[in-house]
Amino acid sequence: MDVELLEIREHMGRFSPFDGLSEELLDEMVNQVEVAYFKADSVILEAGGKIGDLHYIRSGAVEIRRRNGDLYNRLGEGDIFGHFSLLRHHPVRFPARAIEDTLIYFIPKFIFLNLCEADEDFADFVELGRPRLESAVEKQQKSNNLMTTRVRKLLSRRPLLVEADMTVQQIAQRMSEEYVSAALVITPVEGGEPSFVHETRSWQLQGIITDLDLRNRVLAQGLPAATLVGDVVSPRLITIQSDESVHEAMLCMLRCNIHHLPVLNRRQPVGVLYLSDIIRYETNTSLYLVSNIFNQTDVRGLAALVPDVRNAFAHMVKEGANSMMVGSAMSTIGRSFTRRLLELAEEELGPPPVPYCFMALGSMARNEQSLVTDQDNALILDDRFDPTEHDAYFAALAKRVSEGLDACGYTLCKGDVMATNTRWRQPLRVWKQYFSDWIEDPTPERLLHSSIFFDLDSVHGEEAFAEQLQDLVAAKASQHPLFLAAMARNALNRKPPLGFFRTFVMEKDGKHNDIINLKRRGTAPLVELIRVHALACGSRAQNSFDRLDDIAKTQLLPEGSGERIRYAFEFLSMVRIRHQVIDIEQQQTPDNNIEPGNVSDSERHHLKDAFQVLSNAQKFLKFRYPIPTTRSR
Amino acid sequence: MLSRRHRSSDSPGWQEYYTQQARKAGDTRLREFYAAGSVAPQTPIADAPLIALDIETTGLDSRRHSIVSIGLVPFTLQRIHLSQRRYWVVCPPRPLSEQSITVHRLTHSDVADAPDLGEILDELFVSLSGRLAVVHFRHIERPFLDAAIKRRLGEGLKFPVIDTMSLEARRHRQSSWARLRRWLGRPPVSIRLHNSRLRYGLPPYAAHHALVDALATAELLQAQIARHYSPDTPVGELWS
Repeated sequence: MDVELLEIREHMGRFSPFDGLSEELLDEMVNQVEVAYFKADSVILEAGGKIGDLHYIRSGAVEIRRRNGDLYNRLGEGDIFGHFSLLRHHPVRFPARAIEDTLIYFIPKFIFLNLCEADEDFADFVELGRPRLESAVEKQQKSNNLMTTRVRKLLSRRPLLVEADMTVQQIAQRMSEEYVSAALVITPVEGGEPSFVHETRSWQLQGIITDLDLRNRVLAQGLPAATLVGDVVSPRLITIQSDESVHEAMLCMLRCNIHHLPVLNRRQPVGVLYLSDIIRYETNTSLYLVSNIFNQTDVRGLAALVPDVRNAFAHMVKEGANSMMVGSAMSTIGRSFTRRLLELAEEELGPPPVPYCFMALGSMARNEQSLVTDQDNALILDDRFDPTEHDAYFAALAKRVSEGLDACGYTLCKGDVMATNTRWRQPLRVWKQYFSDWIEDPTPERLLHSSIFFDLDSVHGEEAFAEQLQDLVAAKASQHPLFLAAMARNALNRKPPLGFFRTFVMEKDGKHNDIINLKRRGTAPLVELIRVHALACGSRAQNSFDRLDDIAKTQLLPEGSGERIRYAFEFLSMVRIRHQVIDIEQQQTPDNNIEPGNVSDSERHHLKDAFQVLSNAQKFLKFRYPIPTTRSR
Repeated sequence: MLSRRHRSSDSPGWQEYYTQQARKAGDTRLREFYAAGSVAPQTPIADAPLIALDIETTGLDSRRHSIVSIGLVPFTLQRIHLSQRRYWVVCPPRPLSEQSITVHRLTHSDVADAPDLGEILDELFVSLSGRLAVVHFRHIERPFLDAAIKRRLGEGLKFPVIDTMSLEARRHRQSSWARLRRWLGRPPVSIRLHNSRLRYGLPPYAAHHALVDALATAELLQAQIARHYSPDTPVGELWS
């Protein structure tokens, strides 16, 4: 292309969606660019007018308004507008005005349509049907995802197969020759046992033998080198299928406390997954962490693990885990702390006088914890609970857990929603009464409680208690339109900002803020919004993504809206999480705030989109759950 | 106000000059160029077909130095049609000086294979014909083109131009405000292309490329008209 247009090419090539274009497409586009200057305060696009070009802001600033005059967006250098009207061959819907002296580059419609045709990412970016947010989230996940990566991807070699009638010494020799720490023990198949073919014969997998087994089961037992391996092989054989997810394998190893996991393709052994493979792959630290938590014998030991929690978090994020992975790993860690504290308390105080269920509320219950979190918890006690006789025990138990969690970085709940509060340490029947009252007669205070307590999950003890409460909420809430309407109103309290403009957050009224709390303005309102829909459709799910799955099974949301909410939630969560990692790396206390100045260009675009999704979803919420005119009680 | 009226009445009668030259010129191409006519002085600037023109030269003296590149960008007050741009590197009859190379970055090898200006004249006349030229600092483009063409055709080329630099000068050098500044001993406001653009919020472009400078000039004129004139301003008030 002509070097003389480098000036324009370089500029456009730095901004989304042009930054992803091939050299040829970029050249073709730049060759056709037209230019015009607009003085501050002059009209660029008039509502109802014709539009023949994509508009690119080379310098200056532009304000887009709705037809009713409301501010829709404010755009700066490198932003584009007009694409929606172009795509739909419509006249201009949202008028545009220069608010500073502005230089616009125009990309003629035929070039624009060509670009949409030729480049999928470009089309994703500009097309409403497939919002750029969605593709950003997909891209994030495509790179690496424990949930979808299959175990076979981590296998680097075929397994060492040894026959059961070999001696342990022979096997030790084979293992050292092949540099492996585990071998699979096989025996010729007899009868109708599950079998696989190896070197033209049918075999059955009998077990696995590891370095550790050779030490513990052979040497430590004083067994001779001529011992047959079949006699010492572990009778417990846990395997995994090769197309399971790495996440599943990780949980399996964690659950069973094993470091070697034979991997099968149907019945054929195809490899051995080592803990170190997963560690190398990712989230290793959180695995270690959980077992480490259970090895601690006092609060001080637990508190000493806090830096490890941060590292595990940062590691996961950098390795490309999605928000669900991070959320569930962090919640697992939080639950492990809680459970270990309860175990330690029980050791000290003796066994509980009546059964109890320690329940987590809020983000831990939703499996959506991040690094910055306070504790919300409560105790459900068996109905045989007698306050005068038993409460001293549970008060002490709650105190230990609360203080312990505080020491481990889960700060005390400012609203005193903790098991230490007598009110939140009650037998099951009282809880049921609480929940029924809240749903049947919502007052502002009760609504606040509902929004805290209706994300609940058992952490330790009698799971069934928590499940009964979940059932009660799921069955009852959907039957009370007044309650749903009130919850919906509540979920509208926190409005998203309009978006970003340069290094500021733009509010609806045109004000600028130089900081934004992404939880308060983004993820939390989405959680609340999703919860209302989930309650309406009787879902028992606690996790927001699971709730969205349940909602999707109904006709509750308009076509495509659920997906958009899912992507917006994923994106906002990830940005929040990533910025916490940045805080950790800069040795600052992680928080939920982001400074727009630190937001990359493409992230800025996606955040704008995500806020827009939230805003639209909130509007729908209001419309979907009107306040009933006749009270339904 | 007074000075502007003076200027417009003092400006050469370009239409008459064109009619005259269309008859007199020896070269067919020149005759055709003049026959296409000049934009009438009363034409509102918004209706005028404009063309931004910039040339890079080996030096500042049209008698000793020559043209090495020419950039043209047709435009109107509404749109700058970059896709219709023209850009030529031409081989100067005299060797490049080291000093000029550092300015416009065209090197010996760049111009070695380039055509002589004479070979692109046809296209140049077609591009300019019927359009009102816009330059930044008219004392380069006009005399250089005139001299170069005279050298090749035996007769020169004269045409009206809107000079964005003199529009800036009117505001910053000849106004009473400018005189006050001078009287106060302040340095005069820079009216160079780059500095002028900054005053209108236009982005900085890499200078000294004929086409980029032509584009920069076109943008500057749009900004000047938007800020200080009206779309109805007759071109006769703007050109010189």
